[in-house]
Amino acid sequence: MSGYTVGEVVAEHTYGLTRDTLVRYAGASGDFNPIHYRDDVAASVGLPGVLAHGMLTMGFAVQPVVEWIGDRGWVSDYQTRFTRPVVVDPIEGASVTVVATIGAVEEGALRVDLTVTYDSATVLGKAQVRVTLS
Amino acid sequence: MPVNPDLVGRQFPPTAPYLVGREKVREFARAVLATDTDLVPATFPVVIQEATLAQLLAEPDAGIDFSRVVHGEQRFSYSRPIVIGDELTATLSVTSVKTLGGNAMVTAASEMVDAGGEHVVTAISTLVVRGDE
Repeated sequence: MSGYTVGEVVAEHTYGLTRDTLVRYAGASGDFNPIHYRDDVAASVGLPGVLAHGMLTMGFAVQPVVEWIGDRGWVSDYQTRFTRPVVVDPIEGASVTVVATIGAVEEGALRVDLTVTYDSATVLGKAQVRVTLS
Repeated sequence: MPVNPDLVGRQFPPTAPYLVGREKVREFARAVLATDTDLVPATFPVVIQEATLAQLLAEPDAGIDFSRVVHGEQRFSYSRPIVIGDELTATLSVTSVKTLGGNAMVTAASEMVDAGGEHVVTAISTLVVRGDE
C-alpha cells in the first residue's frame, strides 16, 4: 500500500492548556461540572486541583492526526480510556504532549495510536484512532 | 443506593433531532484546539450524547449519583462523517453494568441516525460510579 509504515511517528504536538481553555470547552460542550473551573469545588471533592475535561483531552489529542491526514482520509473510529487527570494550574496552566504513531496498516484504513502525556505520565489509555482512507 | 443491574438492555426514547450548525461546529472546533474549524471534530457527538446521558442519570431507579460519576472510557464509531446540516437523533441503551471493587461501571451507547434514519455514529461511554469510601 501507499507508504504507511507501522511504528512511524506521523505527528507530534504539545498543547498549552490554561483555565481559559477549560472555560471555552465547558461552554462549547455543555459540560459545566465546576471541578473544571472552580478550585474550591475541586478541593472539596478531594482533587489536587481544577482538572481538564477528559473529553477536552480526547478532543485535541486527535487533532494532530486530522491535520496530518488532511483530505487523504477521515476519522471513522476513535476510542480511549481516561487513566489520569490533567491538573490545570491557574497561573502555569498545563502542557500536554501528543505523539501519533501508526499502529496498524489495513486494507483502506490505518490505526493510529496516540501517546498523550502530561507531567511525564500518560493520561489516556488505549487511545486509538481509525482512519479510513479516501 | 447501588447502581441498578437491571439497567442492562434498557433503551430510552429517542432525543429531539439535533441540527448540526456551522457556527456550533466552529465553536466546538476552536474549543478542541482544531486548526481547521470547518471540519466537524471527531468528538463533536459528545454534545448530543450529553442529552442522552442526562436521561440515564435522571432515571429514578438507576441509582447513579452524579457527584460520584467519573468518565472512564469513550468511543465514537462512525458509518460516515457528520456534515453541517445533519439532523441527528440519538437513542441511548445501557449495554453493561459491572461492579469492580466498590465501584460500578456503566456502559451506555448512544446511536445517532440522520433524518433518513441511516446510522451516522454511535457514541459509547463508560461511566465509573464510585462507591462509598
